Order: sequence, then C-alpha cells, then structure tokens
Amino acid sequence: MSLIDTLARMEAVAAGRAQPRCTVRHRHLSRRPLVLVPLTTAGEAGAPLGALVGTDREKPALLAVPQPRDRELRFAFLAELAEAVLPYTDGFADAVEWEERKETDPETGKKVPVQVELCADAPQLLVPSGAGIEFVRLLGRSMRFRRTAEQEPEAPYPAPPHVPLLGRWLTHVGERARVPGSGLLLSMTDLLTRHWATGQSALEDQHLGALLSWIDPPPGMSGRAAAERAECARDADGQLLCPPAGPATDPAFDNRLLAPAMARYDAGLPGAEEALRALIEGQLRPTWDAVWHGVDLLRALPEGTRVAERWKRDRWSYTAHRDRVRAGEPPQPRQDDAVTAAQKLSARESAQARLDAQEALDDPLVMAGRRLAGEAFQGTVTAVEMAMSEGKRPMPRPLVTLRTDDRPQLAEGVRLHRPLADGRTQTAEFVAFEGDDEAAPVVRLTGGMGRGKTPEPGSVPEPGDTVCWTLFEHSPRGGPELPDPEDTPWTHGGPPPGAAGAPPDAPDPVTTEDFL
Amino acid sequence: MTATQAHRPDPGRPFDPAAEAAAATDRILHDTLHGTLRGVVVDSPPGAGKSTLVVRAARELAAAGRPLMVVAQTNSQVDDLVLRLAEKDPRLPVGRLHSSEPGAFDPALAELPAVRTSAKIAELAGMDIVVSTAAKWAYTKVDEPWRHAIVDEAYQMRSDALLSVAGLFERALFVGDPGQLDPFSVVGAEQWAGLAYDPSSSAVSTLLAHNPGLPQHRLPVSWRLPASAAPLVSRAFYPYTPFRSGTGPGDRRLAFGVPGDGSGVDRVLDEAAESGWGLLELPARHTPRTDPEAVRAVAHVVRRLLDRGGATTSEASPAAAGEAPAPAPLTAGRIAVGTAHRDQAAAVRAALAGLGVTGVAVDTANRLQGREFDVTVVLHPLSGRPDATAFHLETGRLCVLASRHRHACIVVCRAGVADLLDEHPSTEPVSLGVTVKFPDGWEANHAVLAHLAEHRVGWRP
Repeated sequence: MSLIDTLARMEAVAAGRAQPRCTVRHRHLSRRPLVLVPLTTAGEAGAPLGALVGTDREKPALLAVPQPRDRELRFAFLAELAEAVLPYTDGFADAVEWEERKETDPETGKKVPVQVELCADAPQLLVPSGAGIEFVRLLGRSMRFRRTAEQEPEAPYPAPPHVPLLGRWLTHVGERARVPGSGLLLSMTDLLTRHWATGQSALEDQHLGALLSWIDPPPGMSGRAAAERAECARDADGQLLCPPAGPATDPAFDNRLLAPAMARYDAGLPGAEEALRALIEGQLRPTWDAVWHGVDLLRALPEGTRVAERWKRDRWSYTAHRDRVRAGEPPQPRQDDAVTAAQKLSARESAQARLDAQEALDDPLVMAGRRLAGEAFQGTVTAVEMAMSEGKRPMPRPLVTLRTDDRPQLAEGVRLHRPLADGRTQTAEFVAFEGDDEAAPVVRLTGGMGRGKTPEPGSVPEPGDTVCWTLFEHSPRGGPELPDPEDTPWTHGGPPPGAAGAPPDAPDPVTTEDFL
Repeated sequence: MTATQAHRPDPGRPFDPAAEAAAATDRILHDTLHGTLRGVVVDSPPGAGKSTLVVRAARELAAAGRPLMVVAQTNSQVDDLVLRLAEKDPRLPVGRLHSSEPGAFDPALAELPAVRTSAKIAELAGMDIVVSTAAKWAYTKVDEPWRHAIVDEAYQMRSDALLSVAGLFERALFVGDPGQLDPFSVVGAEQWAGLAYDPSSSAVSTLLAHNPGLPQHRLPVSWRLPASAAPLVSRAFYPYTPFRSGTGPGDRRLAFGVPGDGSGVDRVLDEAAESGWGLLELPARHTPRTDPEAVRAVAHVVRRLLDRGGATTSEASPAAAGEAPAPAPLTAGRIAVGTAHRDQAAAVRAALAGLGVTGVAVDTANRLQGREFDVTVVLHPLSGRPDATAFHLETGRLCVLASRHRHACIVVCRAGVADLLDEHPSTEPVSLGVTVKFPDGWEANHAVLAHLAEHRVGWRP
C-alpha cells in the first residue's frame, strides 16, 4: 500500500468515514449496466442457487433454483440466465462506427488502411464483489463447451439452446476483467475501493455492505459503527440484517431457513417453491440495492478525461468477440497456448502501466500519491536557458530550472515526461540540482518542440509556469511481436495441438461419472 | 549420462576447488560443443565464475567456427560481457547490438578495435559473436537462425521473453543462478500457474518442463564467497545442490587500522571482521519502510567502515613472490548497501550524502544481482515490518543480499524478526503442476537469522 493510501486510511479511521482517493471517476460506467447478483449453494461448487439480474433497478428478474442438486433445474436456471443476459449483450452488436485500421495485405504484404466496424457502445456487467467475478468465470467455463440438441442430436442430456453461447460471453467478459482498467465486467467492491479509502482492512472491504457503510453511513451513524452493524448484526432469528453479497450464503441462513424450505420443496408440499423463491429473493435484494447505491455514488463523480480512451479498447474487445461468434468460431479453448498466454500477459502489463499513468494524469490526487512516492514532481519554473544539441543538425534543448517541494528519486539522465496542452507528451531528462539544492532541479527538454530550429510556440515552459514532470512514461508501448502459435519454438513445447500440422487436442472421454 | 549427475567429490580426498571447477567446466564445454541435444543448462551459485564460463564458451564456439548470439538480460550485463570478451581476445570480432536510443551502450566499447556496435542486425553480419539484451533480440528478425546461442542469467529471464527470442537460434547454452530472484510480473498470472509454459515463470523452468532430458550441470565452487559465508549460503539457499568456497578459512582477512571505540557500530564491525558476519540489532519496533533509525544505522556502519581504515587481504591481492598477500585498503567502491525497496535505497543514499560518503553502491536486491563487493551492509527486508509478505519472504531476495561479499556482510535489523516469521508462516496457495521450490523463503530466513544470531550486537541509537 502506498504512503498516501495509508494516510487516507488513517484519516478515515480518525474521521469515522471513508476518505476519497480520487477526484474523478477512473472507470467507465455504462448508462445502462446489467447488474448480476448471483448466489451459489454451499458445498456444491458451481451449483447456482439463484440470481437477480437486469438493467432496471426497480424490476430485477429473479432466477431461483429450488433444488440445486437437481441438474435439470440447474440447466433451467442457466437457460433463464441466457434469456436475461444475451439480449443485453447482443443489443450492442449492431450499432457500429467505422474506424480506419492498418492491416497487412495478404497479396502484397504491405500495410494498407482498411475500414473496420467498431461497436458504438458495449455491454457492462456489474457484480457485487470479486468473488462474483470468479463465479462469472466459473459459469462461463461450465457452459461454453456444452452441446445443444441442435449441435449433437444423439448425445444425451443436451444443453438448452443459448447456454453455450452465454458461456462464451461470460468467459469473454471474465477474461477481459483481468485486463487492468477494463470495464466489460466490474465488481462494485473494486470500483468503490478504487475511489474511496475506508478505515478497515482490504479484506474487510470485500464486504459490500460494510464498504458502503464507511462511504455513505446512515444519518447519525459513524462509518465504523455502520460497518460493524452491516457485518455482524443479526435479528431475533439469528439472521444477518445485511446478507452477504455472495455468491456464498450465510451458514445461519442455509441451516435455519434454506434447508427446511428445500426439504418442504422436496416433499412436494404446496407453496414450497414460492416460499423458497421468496427466501432467496430476500437474501438477494439487499445486495441488489447496495450495488445500485454504489452506482449512484460513482455517478456523482465526474468521469476522468482518459476513461473514454480505455472504454474504446473495451469496445474493440467486444467487437472482436462479436465477430468471432458471428464467424462460427469454436469456443475459447480450455487453456491458453504458450503464445496466447504470453500475449495476454504482455497486453495486461502494458494496460497496467497505461492505467497507472492515465489515472495520475487525470487526477491531481492520484498524482499527489505518485509525487509523494518520488515518481513525479511539480514545481514552478524559475529559469529557462536556451541551449542547442551537438551534432550535424543542432536541435533546441532548452534547460529549465524549477523550484519544487517534492523529493523525486532523480539521478543524472533520468527520463522525464510531461503532458502538453494538445495531449502530446514532452520528454526531458534530469541534468542536475542547481547549486546542489534539492529543491531546484534542472531538466533538459528533449522533445515535443517540433522539428524546427526554434521550438514551437507554447512547447517550452516559461518562468512562473507550474509544470509537473513524471518519471514514468505516459503511453508505454507494448511488448515485442511473438511468433505465431504454429511457430511455437522447441523451448516451449512446439506448436500446440490443433495448430497447422499438429494433431488436434482430443476431447475428454465421456465417463459414467459425467451422468451421475 | 554421467555428465548430468551432480558431481560429488571423493570423501577420502581433500577438496581441490580449482580442479573441481575445471572438471565441471570441461564437462559443460564438452556437452556444449559436442552434445547432440538442443540445450545445456548450467546452474551456478553466487560468484562461481558464471561470467568466466560464458566468455570461455563463447570463445570456444567461435574458435570452432560456429558464430553465435549471446542473450543477456540488462544492458550493463551485455556491456560487461563484451568488455570481458575483448579483454580475453582483443582481435575477436564481437558485435554489440543495441537499441537506437542515445547512450544505449557503454562508450568504452567504442574504443575496442574488434567490437562493432549497431542498432541494426544487418550491420553486424559476419561477426563471430553478437551480444544483446533479450529485449532487443525480441525485436530482431533474421532470415536464418543462429546455430548456437548462449543465454546468460537464464533464471532471471521470463518464459515469455524466451518465447520471443527462441526462434532465433537452434541450440543454446543456458547459464544462471537458480537461487537468485525469480522474474516477476506486475499483473496477476495465477491463471497460468501449473502450465509448463506459464509466461511469468522463469525461462529455465519452461525449458526443462518441455525438454526434461537436457543435460544439467552445476558449478561447484564459489570464488567470491569467503569460507565464512559459503557454508551458510549453500545450506540456507541451495540445500540440495551444495557448493564450497574456493578459499579456505584463513585466506581472506578484514582488518581495521583504527581500533573500535566500543560503540555498537564499531563492535559489529569487529565481529564482522573476525567472523565474516555481523548483525546490528536495533530495538524492536514497527516502523515505516524507510525506518529513519535503521537507515541512519546503515549509513553509520558505512561511515565507520571507511573511517576506521579498513583493509582487506585476499588470495587475489598482489604480492611479491614468496611473500604473504598485501592488504588493500577498503574503499567506498568496494562497499555496497543492499535494501529491499527503492525508497529505502534512496533514503540510505541521502543519509550517506549527509555523512559525506560518496561512491558506495546503494541499491535494491534486484539491481545488485550479479555484482560483487568486499563488504556489504544489508538492511534486512523484514526489519520493522508488522507483516511478512511473499515479496519480503522471497528466498532470492535474501540470497542476493547475503551473497554479494568477498569478506564480510553486516546486517542491520530490528529485533523480533524471528517472532514475525513465526507469526507469518508461508501461506502461498499451492497450484497443481507447479514445482515447489525448496527452501521456501520462510525456511531460508530462519536459517540465516539463526546464524546471524551468533554474531549479534545490540545497539540502541
């Protein structure tokens, strides 16, 4: 945890209320997100118990599995979930913009500009907590390889239509959620902890009710007291006043309410199913409302300048998967091959670096944290001395002296970056401290001044200007090109199964246990 | 395949470090030059002559008429290798492939007659040896792969970095130190844990997972570590692949011209001079990372090392024939300070500047990897911490910090680290298919602490 976050948490403890970590919102928030609040059955990995799902906060669709050990009912749940989710995800597929992109022409081998479709907007799924994201991935994995009656008429127990497709979409958003700064699938606890610091531990912040209590406590209550109440308070029957945000349920609910209700359902008593549905809805509804409460809090923050750029990458991601589905490509493989895994890791590392830089540039409070960590410094220009580079074609290399109270980790030749008014980045390098005074660093501008012998107007700061230099790059470039999967080298096991020339991966044999 | 087996010396015979090391090197070169398999892996403990081996293997391959590429991990490692190659054979044509940014390579290379530097591989065509970083090689395209490559510091190279360069060569010699810091990723890579080609794992683990039959060799002698340090480092960090020091107990000496003033700092210096290890223990306390008292103590130890006229005597010191080796003064350039975090290093640098000390290398474990000094002063990674995270427990971090010295290592630490360790047993999740590394950081930390406890000097600043 960085020093400024530690400070914010200590202030939150002292104030009894969460403290802001940001002045703007650093994640895209859709105008019409799809909220999904799932519950799972204790002791049965991947057996859904119920869910509230929908885009209308007043009218969520309730899906419930009265007996999660019954596979027929589970499939019925997944089919209902597909009916609730797929129209939403498909709803963004047809409104497109045209973008120009360079592609390699297969005949000439040259890069030529082509017009490609980019969906104007993309779906956004919100779940209550990080465990919810894991559950979405689990659902995706369990569904995308299912076969429907249409695909395999002979196989027993076919999956309902659309279930494999829902699995592919959930897999896609679940995988996309691993990209730092992405927004196709977000958890409310992650969103809120990014923007507020509470006076409790990061682990306790995973409890959505407690987290909201710190950020927006009920009138007359301190955040700490409200959070404690949200975590622990129980009614006369021993039930939590604020049920957990799931997907796991509270054992007291399982034992005292759910188990007897399921027994009544199994016994076929009239009204048992309705009673179960009401029970499950009672557990889900507070979390549903809490997620929307969080949405309201986040919407009150203005969106950061560079959030739209990141959301555009999400739109590309959505468009690309739409195209794969339309082209009839098979579902995502069980495991990434070596090249895909390396590509994903490299893309995520660049995304992380980009996110860190963009958040700091968008938000003075985030930049303050970087300044405190010695990764950036802000100061007033006290002197500018014109100088030229040596070499055949001398270029302007002005020396700028600053006065700063920051203590950056500078060493001679360290590269510096600063945003210009037109959005470009100016590079510079640290030269020395004037008169060994650590408050007076001298930097040499090395770029962003145009190609002429005199710098473009406005590209060199003037005495009295306030400037902020960062030691980190603003738009870090991605990693090197990797080989094609069919060219995977011997060090990494050669081409993966199914690549050109290599034998395909055999499907898992079906055993009797599959039909238990 | 006898060559792959760990070579154990005959217990009845006295251990001859030079002979053992030469025999190991011969086996490695034989497999590299005449072996039939596509790879050879060499594990090297700290200071075991890894660079010497790389230089020798490169020259022998070149002499056998096999042009080769050399992959190192950082620009300074590449420059260092080129300088060493040129030193051994000034007429050997060596290409230094570098990035197109200004100041991409050591200007000293420009002085070497047979060394050509370029940012374009085409301009280095025909050179016997071309050396560059993995990052630069990854952007290089060639029509025909090199027949041979040497990959240096292969345990610090990430699997995905090897993936992007492995297409450039047919066969390779992989050299590295398995005990040092593992490569890391700033984003989570748990989803690939257990896959043979997990892109965040080390290049060697991927290589060996896919090619389990490759010969694996080991350099048996550390020439850097003194007789006082090799047994501890070997036992704590390389329990299944022990090594020995090349020098005996009396071969290295550290002495001070000025007697100690009885203070804690001077007493720990005397202890370290005597035994090779010193622990300066500050009172237990939870502190921020840049613990001002500990930072001051580190700076003070360095200041006193210089003020007291330290002198080192070693087998490498120049001496007239038949006479004992002459002592060499312990200068600032032969001292290093190691920390876990960059802000700690910055704080120590500031404190040293405040005491008027310049020229001492102060850096994190990551950046001290592969470097060698006479005396090191270490700010213990767990000093003053309320918790022991995986980062601070990482075996490699402590191993790097405890194995940079030729004479003595002085550790500055708050009391109570042993209790802290006991409160934080390793709880890293175990993934299927991942080879569990031994020893874990918890175990290694305890082993080092137990040894340091015998050289403890308490100090209340």
